[in-house]
Amino acid sequence: MAARRAILRDALGIAVASGAYAISFGAISTAAGLTLVQTCALSILMFTGASQFALVGVVGAGGSVWAGAATAALLGSRNTLYGVRLSSLLDVRGWRRPAAAQFVIDETTAMAIARDEPEQSRFAFWATGAALFVFWNTGTLVGAIATHAISDPKVFGLDAAPPAAFLALLAPRLRAREPLAIAIAAAAVAIAILPFLPAGVPLLVVALLVSLYGVLKR
Amino acid sequence: MTWAGIIVASVSCYALKLAGLSLPQSWLRDPRIQRTVPLLPIALLAALVGTQTFSIGHHLVIDVRAASLVVAIVAVVLRAPFLVVVAAAAATAALLRLF
Repeated sequence: MAARRAILRDALGIAVASGAYAISFGAISTAAGLTLVQTCALSILMFTGASQFALVGVVGAGGSVWAGAATAALLGSRNTLYGVRLSSLLDVRGWRRPAAAQFVIDETTAMAIARDEPEQSRFAFWATGAALFVFWNTGTLVGAIATHAISDPKVFGLDAAPPAAFLALLAPRLRAREPLAIAIAAAAVAIAILPFLPAGVPLLVVALLVSLYGVLKR
Repeated sequence: MTWAGIIVASVSCYALKLAGLSLPQSWLRDPRIQRTVPLLPIALLAALVGTQTFSIGHHLVIDVRAASLVVAIVAVVLRAPFLVVVAAAAATAALLRLF
């Protein structure tokens, strides 16, 4: 029981923090020109933060929604690897599997794999997923409504918000030399080719290059 | 058009999550996949930071957003919470535009 209480407390802490982060998603998405319903639909249906920020970021910068969708999917590919780690731990079958799939994200994976007992892993996964889903969608709605009332997002510097959001998502992944070098190279290449390609496409070129690097390096 | 993109992207992201739970483990245990997939968010997020700070459409520019990025980097290095990083960047741009 004590273990479960500790898990619930952690899950709630993560959910509250992500609710604050969802407020900035709602604001950035609305400032990018998406409607309130579209913004909320993204948080319910996509429910994976970095991909959502990428889609609205590309659209807000004048790229096509398809370039944004492709970038979102590429960012979502890491959830596949999380699913692999979780599948043996969760042992989800039947109707539970499609339900569990929507919750396969950074936070639920981190919470589930940190437990020693499979039963606690399952509890941590579902508790974190459910709490996050509630706070993530509430935060999105709050951010979108608040930004809806603003006529010019530039007055509040909201056009400078997306790069900061991407940076905050990136920073925890840069704790070693190789990822830092890859990040700097990726940014430099994307900026260099940007004038010559349709908006959003430089991101796909960078994804292709880093995939080749990952596959070919020894 | 926007709706079509939202739906396709959401279905794709869901399919990727479900695939991890459903596909035979051996397919995804390939070391090249294990090595490459974690690099994608690093490269894509960094490319997003770069392009969204230093461009308007197809033109490379340096404007107040560069100053916002510097503030965001400082906030990240100080391990500020997500919302603080974003708000500090936005406030920097808003303040600099007043002058």
